[in-house]
Amino acid sequence: MTISRRTLLGSGAALGLLTACGSNSGRGGGGSADGKVTLDHWYHQYGEAGTEAAVRRYAAGYDRAKVSVQWRPGAYDQQTAAALLTSSGPDVFEVNGPTLDQIQGGQVADLTALFDGVKDDFNPAVLAPKTYDGKIWGVPQVIDTQFLFYRKSLLAQANVQPPATLDQLVDAAKALTRDKVKGLFLGNDGGAGVLGGTPLYAAGLSLVGADGRAGFDDPAAARTLGKLHQLYADKSLLLGAPSDWSDPSAFVQGLTAMQWSGLWALPAVRKALGDDFGVLPFPKDGPNGKPSVPVGAYAAAVSTRSKHQAEAKAYVKWLWVEHTDFQEDFALSYGFHIPARLSLAKKAAKLREGAAADVVTYATDHGYAQPLLWTPTLQTAYQDALNRIIKDGASPDNELRAVVRKANDELQRVKKR
Amino acid sequence: MRRRISDNTLWFWVFVGPFAVGLALFTYVPLLWSVYLSFFDAHNTVSPTDFVGFDNYTAMLRDGAFTSSLGTFAVFSLFIVPATYALALALALMVNRTRRFQAFFRSVFFLPAACSYVVAALIWKLSIFNGVRFGLANTVLGWFGADQTAWLSTTHPPWYWLVIVTVRLWLQAGFYMILFLAGLQRISPRLYEAAAVDGARPGWQVFRHITFPQLRTTSVAVVLLLVINAFQAFDEFYNLLSDARGYPPYARPPLVYLYYTALGQGQNLGMGSAGAVILALIVAVVTVFQARWFGLGRKEAD
Repeated sequence: MTISRRTLLGSGAALGLLTACGSNSGRGGGGSADGKVTLDHWYHQYGEAGTEAAVRRYAAGYDRAKVSVQWRPGAYDQQTAAALLTSSGPDVFEVNGPTLDQIQGGQVADLTALFDGVKDDFNPAVLAPKTYDGKIWGVPQVIDTQFLFYRKSLLAQANVQPPATLDQLVDAAKALTRDKVKGLFLGNDGGAGVLGGTPLYAAGLSLVGADGRAGFDDPAAARTLGKLHQLYADKSLLLGAPSDWSDPSAFVQGLTAMQWSGLWALPAVRKALGDDFGVLPFPKDGPNGKPSVPVGAYAAAVSTRSKHQAEAKAYVKWLWVEHTDFQEDFALSYGFHIPARLSLAKKAAKLREGAAADVVTYATDHGYAQPLLWTPTLQTAYQDALNRIIKDGASPDNELRAVVRKANDELQRVKKR
Repeated sequence: MRRRISDNTLWFWVFVGPFAVGLALFTYVPLLWSVYLSFFDAHNTVSPTDFVGFDNYTAMLRDGAFTSSLGTFAVFSLFIVPATYALALALALMVNRTRRFQAFFRSVFFLPAACSYVVAALIWKLSIFNGVRFGLANTVLGWFGADQTAWLSTTHPPWYWLVIVTVRLWLQAGFYMILFLAGLQRISPRLYEAAAVDGARPGWQVFRHITFPQLRTTSVAVVLLLVINAFQAFDEFYNLLSDARGYPPYARPPLVYLYYTALGQGQNLGMGSAGAVILALIVAVVTVFQARWFGLGRKEAD
């Protein structure tokens, strides 16, 4: 069979047309037949069954615009960061931030006006990292918090009390370590990733001080981080578990007597262990120490590249500010989170008893959020140092001195921008 | 005749044009754009305005994490290049000598090359080398009374290298075996016959004096490809060692570090681009020196 030039070109044109019809740029094109604008709303993939259907249901109920929900698995932070550089990104997106660079780079819209009259009802601990220059850049959806799970029966067998100080945690982890059970699981990297600034706050310090400089330029920081190496050196830490700290599998399968994890894991732990578990904040260390509980919140942000910023802001206000019923449903009907609105967190029945109530108390009394000024560059430098301290037994003094230097330079840089 | 040339030109562009456009659009434009970005303060933007000259380059070269990532590459290539070379050559010699089921063994050894690095890395991490008692490696060692080992989390001794090197070895040895097989089949049987007549003993003596020297050009190509591939290591490192909170500072090769610098939340595209240019230059220089050292392209008679 011979193909003439005309046939070939004709087929090419037809193929091109078909391709164009079938293309999905990820953006609705901005308008629809009924005159409503189309807004693209991106979410990262939640592991909790029913969450995706819920956000699609909320979006379908919005009648002032057509909302196209995209549920995006994989490296979500990287996907959004790249998409925000182009005009084919989302109008509204869920973000574990926004980061300072995103705010200073003009990538996210100012959402301060959305909080008129309700600002005080949002948990201040999680609203603070969304605030920069007196403006609010994201609407917190729900609060996630991390804490220590412990198995009551295993502690009783070893005659160990729930640890109230870091020294007691080190001793308890050692005492609980048996042939087939480790004392403590802080993640497969020994805690460098997930703990972050938590031990510093437990020592009464902070990542960024009130003066805008590194908040851990203090001998207490080195002393506290050195104790994390002790856990590693004692072989009290579970390492190399098939699933990492965010999943309670290691704890419920009996691979470890204590595990650092999150509120989202609580229903699975309760289902597996009944009442045979308790929860604790990260224990205090030193004379100025206090228990420490990290809190964070995914937020809804609006891209400044959106052609429909006003419509996008109105939609975010409708979804996460006006519809408190959506927020409560999203927080507690599928997974397990604390609503970002204080009034909702107080009245939620599921959060008023047992371990869940303890967690809400810890988060309220001892919660700290990672400061907005703590940039990814600093996060990497600090986490590298923590890794070397924990696993290599590197000198905490030397490692922290280098991080303090880098932190002060970086904080200076971001303040200048 | 004129009509024929015109037709040929048209067909040339019909077939080559789309690929040429694709190559320009997705390779050369980003490459040049990256060089452009490397001279700007490009936080969260690909169209920066703040020209900083060579600041990104000096910052990158002074960055301990970047220089240590180059050290990681050096260690990795010291392990993986000789190990793959030796294994691929051994497999090729073995398969070449096999009289029965030759096609079967070739396929078996080549099959891992078709497996995704991501999938293989996850199998190594979750099934074979996980750190608990039911991981395959720990189960086997447990039969001999050994303690369970956290393969990817132990830095003293650095067991993570065993995991990283074995997964790549498994994945790529088959591919290089095929290259060696092609090289072996190009060796004239008359050389072996002449060697036999001269009294060379089959086995090591023939291999040393006939087979190995005859594989010189294949060996040079294999070593070059292995070194370049080692420079480009990303998938298995990333999938074996990263978690949602980041990546440990040990065993962090250059591409993983640049990924976190430019595409992580940091979005420092200027620094990332400067690092990419530095890395490209290093790869180019190493390759040229290596090629000259091995005499790549030199005629056999030289």
